[in-house]
Amino acid sequence: MTRQKIVRIGLSASVIGISLILLQRLLVPKYVTDVVEGRMIAEYYEESDKDHDVIFIGDCEVYENFSPQVLWDDYGINSYIRGSAQQLVWQSYYLLEDTLRYEQPDVVVFNVLAMKYNTPQNEAYNRMSLEGMRWSWSKVLSIEASMTEEENLIEYVFPLLRYHSRWQELGKDDITYMFRTKQVSFNGYYMRTDIKPAENVPEGKKLADYTFGDNAYLYLDKMVQLCKDNGIRLVLIKAPSLYPYWYDEWDEQMEQYAAQNGLLYVNLLEAADEIGLDYSRDTYDGGLHLNLYGAEKTTRYLGRILQQEYGLADRHQDARLEAEWQAKAAAYEAEIQRQGGYKEP
Amino acid sequence: MLFTSYEFLFFLLILLGLYYVIPARFQWVLLLGFSYLFYLAANPWYLLYILTTTVTVYLSAVRIEKIRAEQKAYLAQNKDSLDREARKKYKGRQQKRMWHMLLAGLLFNLGILAVVKYANFAIHNLNIVLHTFGSPSEIRPLDLLLPMGISFYTFQALGYLIDVYRGSCSAEKNLFRFALFVSFFPQLIQGPISRFHELSQTLYAEHPFDRSQLLGGLQRILWGFFKKLVIADRIIIGVNEIIKNPEQYSGAYVFVGMMFYAAELYADFTGGIDITIGIAQCLGIVVTENFNRPYFSKSIKEYWRRWHITMGTWFTDYIFYPVSICRPMLKLSQFSRKHFGDVIGKRIPVYLSSFLVWFATGIWHGASWNFIVWGLGNWVVIMISQEFEPCYQKFHGKFHVKDKNWFRLFQIVRTVLLMSCLRTFDCYRDVPLTFRMFGTMFTTGNWHILWDGSLLALGLGCADYVILAAGVALLICVSLLQRRGSVRQQIAAKPYAVRFAAWYGLFLAVLILGVYGIGYDANQFIYNQF
Repeated sequence: MTRQKIVRIGLSASVIGISLILLQRLLVPKYVTDVVEGRMIAEYYEESDKDHDVIFIGDCEVYENFSPQVLWDDYGINSYIRGSAQQLVWQSYYLLEDTLRYEQPDVVVFNVLAMKYNTPQNEAYNRMSLEGMRWSWSKVLSIEASMTEEENLIEYVFPLLRYHSRWQELGKDDITYMFRTKQVSFNGYYMRTDIKPAENVPEGKKLADYTFGDNAYLYLDKMVQLCKDNGIRLVLIKAPSLYPYWYDEWDEQMEQYAAQNGLLYVNLLEAADEIGLDYSRDTYDGGLHLNLYGAEKTTRYLGRILQQEYGLADRHQDARLEAEWQAKAAAYEAEIQRQGGYKEP
Repeated sequence: MLFTSYEFLFFLLILLGLYYVIPARFQWVLLLGFSYLFYLAANPWYLLYILTTTVTVYLSAVRIEKIRAEQKAYLAQNKDSLDREARKKYKGRQQKRMWHMLLAGLLFNLGILAVVKYANFAIHNLNIVLHTFGSPSEIRPLDLLLPMGISFYTFQALGYLIDVYRGSCSAEKNLFRFALFVSFFPQLIQGPISRFHELSQTLYAEHPFDRSQLLGGLQRILWGFFKKLVIADRIIIGVNEIIKNPEQYSGAYVFVGMMFYAAELYADFTGGIDITIGIAQCLGIVVTENFNRPYFSKSIKEYWRRWHITMGTWFTDYIFYPVSICRPMLKLSQFSRKHFGDVIGKRIPVYLSSFLVWFATGIWHGASWNFIVWGLGNWVVIMISQEFEPCYQKFHGKFHVKDKNWFRLFQIVRTVLLMSCLRTFDCYRDVPLTFRMFGTMFTTGNWHILWDGSLLALGLGCADYVILAAGVALLICVSLLQRRGSVRQQIAAKPYAVRFAAWYGLFLAVLILGVYGIGYDANQFIYNQF
């Protein structure tokens, strides 16, 4: 091969590679202003020190209802939420597997609402849960387990194939955040300070069958086993969201499951009064998710349980961690102010 | 497996990898395996049909060849003992045996095609007749599987059988090699309808790796992808909106739908054929061209010589000529000359043979009256043009317009419009509706929709129209360049930077502007349905 040919091939390959990378960066959704949920999974990897005592795993009922900042401030517990919108049980399992590549927490808290889903649901939510994961075998298996019929693995490997037609809807964010990004969560917590009282929360419709599906149980079993193998205490919780409706039959199944597997199961919905939740003030969307006030109350309540049950040490004495959390607290406070500050009842 | 699916691209990648790694003498075996795998992926039951056609046509052809060999040997052996009469008698007997074998092969396979493709159409029409005569009974339609590409592989196999009968090609002795001819996957589902003596020259040959062949093939595939994904699958959104809502879209919308459909059908079908020929070229195999810039035709007759060429020649060679010279037709010719004179008498057999060809062409495209009327519409237009030919000649002679560019353009536009009008039968659900919708073009008077923004409500945005306009302009430019020979070769003669920009630009256009992935329907290639 002549020198000229080698140069030509090298140049062509560079042009192709660079242009495709640029196009992909331009066209993939940035998830920084509108649908920030798509950014949360990826933010975990940016944590400088992955040495968490508690990892929350689950759907919006974890990333909107618990504040790691409060867990630190009140109990000295270092925690992180690995949650995304409609995160399915198998996605949570593989996300936990992925997390264990970086650290070994003492406690994993899993929100059980996702047990209601036994099959892949929605491509948009899949994307938000899966795209942020770093490539690993866990991610591949999670994609395989999550894909709806219309999806294809190659579109996860090369997102440009999925988002190629987004050129019609490009906005300012797509340029601004082409090479950088913006923090959207606080250790995985999605903060909202606005208030929309819960009114006329609908009763759950009668179901033909209340039994959780085999596939959901399979991955919950795997999660239990994974925690056992790694010496991690698994806690099952049901967050205190009023909707989607949490049936008594579902609750019984979870209680039984926890008892059979020697796990702690906490239904925070039933403990709403004890927590002090006021659904006319503590939710920002009519009871689906808690706002900052509701989340802080719920976190305090759960933090007490975690400390009592598992004797998690107060790590405020760790100067390095303390410094990190102080910086996070400043950002946390700034976000509260950006959203209009604490609203008095 | 749609040609434009990821699965197919992966399938092709694996095949190409293996094809040039294994010993060249096994390449055709690999192709056979992959062809059956391709068919199997669509539906395992399809295999039953293609295997049946393969085996029956193979056996018929081998038998015909054996009879011919027997005849040759017998005549050679008894060269001296047989007089002319005895030889003729023997030949006649043998010819009859061969004819019976041919007939058996044809009837059996056309029977399969008729049952799976046309039985329900016949039942539907029979039920209409029964209802008309007040019969309360109704025949239930059959629940039959229509194998992918059955019209294409059946016609290809039967063309081979007829060729063997005619002695224009030898029968393939190896069943597996013949199976590859019938099932060669790139052309299995939408043609071209290849002839055995042409395709077999490269199909079974050993093909060492040839970089320029591979690159040429990939370029052709890319061009096919552009036509299919950027143009056809985009414009079909507008076509479907118009034709599926006839109450909402009449008048000028019908005209718009007609013209959109002309562009869509061209881009879809020629794009599919580009991919087919490109894949074959990557494998070192030469597949016959199926189009020759048909929208530059100056008459319908010329158009049909340049559009779906292999189907046209198939009907001409295996229906038109045999019917024209068959004994009953010759008798009819004699009869009509005697009773109606030479002028009309010599036309009747031609008209009748053409009628049969166009009826067959129509029904080949689909089991519905729409296609039959469409086919016969073509026949009427061609026959009328033929009758008016002397008038045209007179007109051309008097006004000296034949060589004028504007007149050529007029002829081209006229042909495109005429073909588009006939194609409205492809679009609407039945013949009366087609006539009604066609009529609204002249009665509704809503031509303002062409410029008042109404076209933006067809599911296509401004950006889509810009892409379509640019895409169609590119198709026209490429067609114009093709007059000077292969465009790929013209590009290949340019400096490297130009070549790179051309092909990588086309790749990016497909990648970014292509209509594919979630949010779009994976549109089947139109001709896959035949």
